[in-house]
Amino acid sequence: MLELKSLHDRFGYDLTESSFRDNRRIVVPSEKVYYVLEHLWRECGFDMLVEMTAADYLEYPGATDRFGVMYVLLNTTSGERLIVKTHLNLPELELPSVYPLWHSADWMEREVYDMFGITFAGHPDLRRILMPEEFTAYPLRKDYPLKGRGERHNFPVITRAES
Amino acid sequence: MPLTLADTLPTDTDEREYLWTLNFGPQHPATHTTLRLVLTLDGERVVDAVPHIGYLHSGFEKLGEHLDFNQYVTIVDRMNYVSPVANEIAWHHAVEKLLGVELTPRCKYLRTILAELMRLHDHLLNVGTAALDLGAFTAFLYGFQQRENIYDIIEYASGQRFHASYTRVGGVLFDVNNAWVEKVRKFIKEMPPTIDEIDKLLTRNRIFIDRTKGIGVLNKVDAINYGATGPIARASGVVRDLRKDEPYLAYGDLDFKVVCSEGGDCYARYLLRMREMAESLKIIEQALENIPGGPVNVDPGTDLVLPAKPAVYRSIEGLIQHFEVLMPNRGFDVPCEELYAATESPNGELGFYIVADGNVRAYRARTRPPSFIHFAMLPHMIRGYQLSDLVAILGSINIIAAELDR
Repeated sequence: MLELKSLHDRFGYDLTESSFRDNRRIVVPSEKVYYVLEHLWRECGFDMLVEMTAADYLEYPGATDRFGVMYVLLNTTSGERLIVKTHLNLPELELPSVYPLWHSADWMEREVYDMFGITFAGHPDLRRILMPEEFTAYPLRKDYPLKGRGERHNFPVITRAES
Repeated sequence: MPLTLADTLPTDTDEREYLWTLNFGPQHPATHTTLRLVLTLDGERVVDAVPHIGYLHSGFEKLGEHLDFNQYVTIVDRMNYVSPVANEIAWHHAVEKLLGVELTPRCKYLRTILAELMRLHDHLLNVGTAALDLGAFTAFLYGFQQRENIYDIIEYASGQRFHASYTRVGGVLFDVNNAWVEKVRKFIKEMPPTIDEIDKLLTRNRIFIDRTKGIGVLNKVDAINYGATGPIARASGVVRDLRKDEPYLAYGDLDFKVVCSEGGDCYARYLLRMREMAESLKIIEQALENIPGGPVNVDPGTDLVLPAKPAVYRSIEGLIQHFEVLMPNRGFDVPCEELYAATESPNGELGFYIVADGNVRAYRARTRPPSFIHFAMLPHMIRGYQLSDLVAILGSINIIAAELDR
């Protein structure tokens, strides 16, 4: 079991811990998140990045930051799980890529970029993954409507004569 | 015209010029669904592969933010359409963990049986199609015959063959009766001969072994680093199964083994799926013979499940409870929290990251789809193998495009 104190000693006291049901979360400032993750990977045996995602807290009651990025880590030897969470705000939506640590981050970071517009510095191939490359909006942001902004109607259609 | 020697011989401007590019998919029979790979080939050897996905992207996660916890189940079971009920169980597992609901023992056993039936459902198709792509048609048909029986079982329980939408928060749509139990019992008896038949057709089949053994090898370190879970990770020697490591539903009470292998190739993954089917049958048998009585849903007084129809029509309390669940400003008591919860789906770890804002619908309903993570590994697994090995590897990692793209 990871002791929060060891992280406090190393990275300062602005790391906070909370838990809900069996989930254990550590909230880390965005400028430190890569160093904390690298430490967890190197020293604490968290060898699998099970899941990485983001959420837009625009309409969330009591939220102070716009975006949250979550890394669900797993120690495959001991079975311990840990969620590392960090917050981001417009306009500086950039985090260091964790691809060098866990290769599973490759597509997950691309998806977060595709859906929320958060970029990852150092990612080998940061392109849209699910949406078409011509798409300009970030569909999972809360200010993007469910029905879209007319992209479907205005999508360029190639007719047989033009092809 | 007589041939004359050129003054200068053509030189390769780029040393990789001899490589050529092949577009594989999105509508190729061996991709099964719409996924596309751009392959760089040196002769028939694959130098690199770039997957392009998103052809089936339908915004499920955005819909999850606009449908309540019970409505979204209809979307969730369209993700992995090879094992639909397993998705529903995973989704409601996460929701019930969020709401802090403890299921009734009967519901736990019932869901366990369904989850294992879905594992058989998935593995039968996967083993069948993996062989089909390599030219062995018959195993696929044997598998599909048994899948038809599983469809019947699901239809008997839920009224729907395929997209059952069977689970609800705190329980299931309908309880099952003894006739259903008999149906499953009959199926368990008929299933082992089918597994034997497939086993006889494939396991010692020279062509099948030649096409799968030593192909698509994934070692343990890479499997962990690339986030592989489920059969693919276990075939590479990662001893991890959420049914044992983080027991949920009734798995804690049942006796079964986690099947592992160290081969890491397509053949190991095939063998592992065959053994897992035998273990699943064991689990179903135990759960079926020990299925507890009592109600299948939690107490309607908790305002989580709809009360029984006779109570709604014949008593004022039942009617009020019915409204309490369905009225837009009532319904579930949801905490302002977020959590990640996962189950062992047939394909690997199927998790949901739910952010809840106290509303009856999720604020953010993120799926952790195993196909998505596994497909990201494909370029790593295919590099250096022949083009014809691609279909063997694609078959063995079981990509379901609807889950991949959501």
